[in-house]
Amino acid sequence: MTLFALDQAAREARLLPELVELTEHHRARSPEYARLLASLGHLPGRRYDRVADLPWLPVRLFKHHVLKSIGDDEVFKVLTSSGTTGDVSRIYLDKEAAGVQQKMLSATLSAVIGTKRLPMLLVDTKALFKNRTSFSARGAGVLGLMNFGRDHTFVLDEQERPDPDAVRDFLGRHGDQPFLIFGFTFMTWLYLYELAREHRFDLSNGILIHSGGWKKLVDRAVDNAEFRRRFTADTGLRRIHNFYGMVEQIGTTFLEGPDGGGLYCPEFADVIVRDPHTWAEVPVGTPGVVQVVSTMPRSYPGHLLLTEDRGVVHGVDDGAWPGKRFSILGRLPRAEARGCSDTFAEAAA
Amino acid sequence: MSLTDRLHGVFVDALELPEGTDVENLTYRGIEQWDSLGHMTLVAAIEDEFDVQLDTEQVIDMSSFKVALDMLRGLSVDE
Repeated sequence: MTLFALDQAAREARLLPELVELTEHHRARSPEYARLLASLGHLPGRRYDRVADLPWLPVRLFKHHVLKSIGDDEVFKVLTSSGTTGDVSRIYLDKEAAGVQQKMLSATLSAVIGTKRLPMLLVDTKALFKNRTSFSARGAGVLGLMNFGRDHTFVLDEQERPDPDAVRDFLGRHGDQPFLIFGFTFMTWLYLYELAREHRFDLSNGILIHSGGWKKLVDRAVDNAEFRRRFTADTGLRRIHNFYGMVEQIGTTFLEGPDGGGLYCPEFADVIVRDPHTWAEVPVGTPGVVQVVSTMPRSYPGHLLLTEDRGVVHGVDDGAWPGKRFSILGRLPRAEARGCSDTFAEAAA
Repeated sequence: MSLTDRLHGVFVDALELPEGTDVENLTYRGIEQWDSLGHMTLVAAIEDEFDVQLDTEQVIDMSSFKVALDMLRGLSVDE
């Protein structure tokens, strides 16, 4: 079963009523959210004909407002985004939401890695988990993905130096069968690619899942196409899947298709690219600000969020998988991101 | 040794539980040792002890000692 099977018309038809129901669900349970909706002129009972017409929140609001749709006694986990202290998003999950997000991540990734836990190479260091009670966002990210693998092997030693012997041993045990590789994009490039090329490691049975953006690789002139091309040419690795997601919509993962033609949305999610001045949806091919849409958030009103990322939809129902095919182009400049939020605040005031 | 006793032993060893822990009523995140990192160690230890391979769904679903026990029974591990 794959979650990448709905074409755009079927997706829109499925998502619209679910999102309307979710909006009412959150309005009824989160006074803060109800107040925001009211001030935006979105009153109960309003009719919506398109997903793009539904009210969205700038992701930044989760940094300054307590937005949750569960009682204090139902809070099971509070997730925080990376950022400086005092300026982090707080996302409230009850027990059910915590379970569902893991399951949906699993169902989403199974489209490319299957349901069996494969031997797993992690482009990171065990030292991430030294302080057991407090992981960095990076540590939490790595740990979340470890459920998908077995015989976890770290590419870096505890001093964060590449460990060619560990990789060689791993490939000796598992290299002739499919195996999983996970890492943040820049670490995968700086450590695994360089190491594999230098030691002529054969990664042709690997399935790489990576995330985290290209900013740190810009000065090396490595973009997604170059990343894929050189991994394939120099290590044999062909199955490469970038993914995009954020803590404010935890469990919703946009996944790069098999041919590298862009990111795709699982069937319970979508993206809308908006003009940063008019907020109207822009045509295919025009860059703008990315809104993420997901029916998953029930414990906090994160189902319709304007991100602080720029992106572009390349095409609709024209790629390896159905639905929108898009790329993330990078973060909005800081001032512009704050501007989006201010415009919103004015409208809501 | 019964399946319950063997699983009990795996939990104690993998999670380094102090003596007197009420192992059979443990739930995931119910004690500090069984956090997400402990979960990885526990899953690997269960797979070794009972010679089984859990899939991702099972790893995510294994939320208590009792669930783990039922899961092993479901995999036809001898009682």
